[in-house]
Amino acid sequence: MSSAPDLDLEHVAKLARLALTPAEKEQFSQQLGDVLQHIEQLAKVDVTGIEPTAHAFPVVNVWAEDVARPGLPVEVALRNAPAQRDHLIVVPKVVE
Amino acid sequence: MTYEAVIGLEVHVQIRTNSKVFSRVAAGYGQPENTLTDPVILALPGALPVMNKAALDAIIKAGLLLGCDIAPVCKWDRKNYFYPDSPKNYQISQYDQPMCLGGTVEIELPGAARNVMGEHKKIPLTRIHLEEDVGKLNHFAADSLVDYNRAGTPLMEIVSEPAMHTADEAFAYLTSLRATMIYGGISDCDMEKGQLRCDANISIRPVGQKELGVKVELKNLNSISFVRDGIAHEIKRQTAVLEAGGTLVQETRDYDGQTGLSQSLRSKEMAHDYRYFPDPDLMPVRVDEAWQARLRGECPELPFDKQRRLIESYAVPYTITSVLVWDRALADFFEAAAKLSGKAQAVGNWIVNDLLRELGAAKLTLAASKVTPAHIAGLVALIDAGTLLPNAAKEVFIEMFATGDQPGAVMERKGLKAVPVDAGELEQWCRDAIAANPKSLADFKAGKESALNGFKGLVMKAAKGKADPKRVDETLRKLLAGM
Repeated sequence: MSSAPDLDLEHVAKLARLALTPAEKEQFSQQLGDVLQHIEQLAKVDVTGIEPTAHAFPVVNVWAEDVARPGLPVEVALRNAPAQRDHLIVVPKVVE
Repeated sequence: MTYEAVIGLEVHVQIRTNSKVFSRVAAGYGQPENTLTDPVILALPGALPVMNKAALDAIIKAGLLLGCDIAPVCKWDRKNYFYPDSPKNYQISQYDQPMCLGGTVEIELPGAARNVMGEHKKIPLTRIHLEEDVGKLNHFAADSLVDYNRAGTPLMEIVSEPAMHTADEAFAYLTSLRATMIYGGISDCDMEKGQLRCDANISIRPVGQKELGVKVELKNLNSISFVRDGIAHEIKRQTAVLEAGGTLVQETRDYDGQTGLSQSLRSKEMAHDYRYFPDPDLMPVRVDEAWQARLRGECPELPFDKQRRLIESYAVPYTITSVLVWDRALADFFEAAAKLSGKAQAVGNWIVNDLLRELGAAKLTLAASKVTPAHIAGLVALIDAGTLLPNAAKEVFIEMFATGDQPGAVMERKGLKAVPVDAGELEQWCRDAIAANPKSLADFKAGKESALNGFKGLVMKAAKGKADPKRVDETLRKLLAGM
């Protein structure tokens, strides 16, 4: 029940666009610390001879043939957009 | 101090598919805004991605064409970031297990002259991976507008080693890479439609130094010429900074092809920290030998291989092949015509000069043209037989191009068939021409082959252009031999 030393909660919160209260910071710091400790425990398991995998199921090559089907009508696609203009979604001005 | 530039290119190539890379809504350019979306593209709750088999085929084929090692197993990763071009707040990409590793792009540098083949080099590749393209943003004074039509289009990122040293090499690299992708039917690579996009990493270092200098990334190079100009400009800029005693900073710069100037882009608030992790919604891909072998069987001959073969098998000059090879359909057209005709060089000249000129003037593609390889072969045969003289042949070609009629029919209809010139009359013209030109006669006897042209002009004038140049040549030589 202690926070992991290499966890930079401020940085992680900023990357996730989360504004945390001091109480939340305290709470999440502990919880994420526990998660990291759990991972550290898992890291101790001897995995010699076990093939690495990117998925829990040993299944590969799940695909569909390249046949296009109709998408959503633009009115439906934009129904959740907070603002729209000329069938485009309006967002605050962003410059990369 | 002398500096050398080190250049690496990151090229994004959209794969031409019917549907998107992780969902089956149609992919395409130029459709009404936000009409190519579905729950997967918009990241609606519960939507799940499914791989597009054709996109996988295409990237493996691209890798095979460029001599890459194809990974036996690869996976998908989420690249996490917040930006309105991606409704999911992550992009599905390949981080540490790309589909293709290594490989090379063969390039040709400019030759000493237009008709001389330049030096060939192989530029090594680092990797090629597959990812999804993102939506398109249009920036306005007060806000930005988003179109998600492009989001989810299959996109390959082709990364070169920092192994180029001049703007010309970068230009040659893109030219060759683009032609290879088009040959393979992988992409149309139209830069105006964003189907091929290029970022360049450029640094300079004193000649002889091993360590790389400070790297500047050049973005928005939206034509192959702009890539060359932008890189040349950036090398000059960096050299000027160092020579003035300044220091370079690592930055991203935006190149404006219209003004030929670049400016620093405001750096992102936070250094890139994408927190990649494997996408749990997608299964890994395993590529076995049979799959590779099938795609290898679909791989076309590469442009430069084709050029070497055309030069060797048809004895056509570089000036012709260097035009033909960049267009697979045109090169195939030439080969078909050359096989029919047996006169490859004449066929090549008609295609490269006349056919391309007329196609350009009519704004037609080769596929839409009424002229077939048989037309060209037929025209060359008529000229070779002396039935059609050069000026008349040009006229026949124009008419044949416009109507699609066979050259023989056009010739008859327009009355362009060469009138056989009486042998005695022709000989008299030749005698007159030689008598009128004692200087050319002396030159020819002294071994100057080109002196013959002085006589030919006079004979043609006397014949009002109706004499067959081949027969004029023969007659003149016969007479001169006896003098």
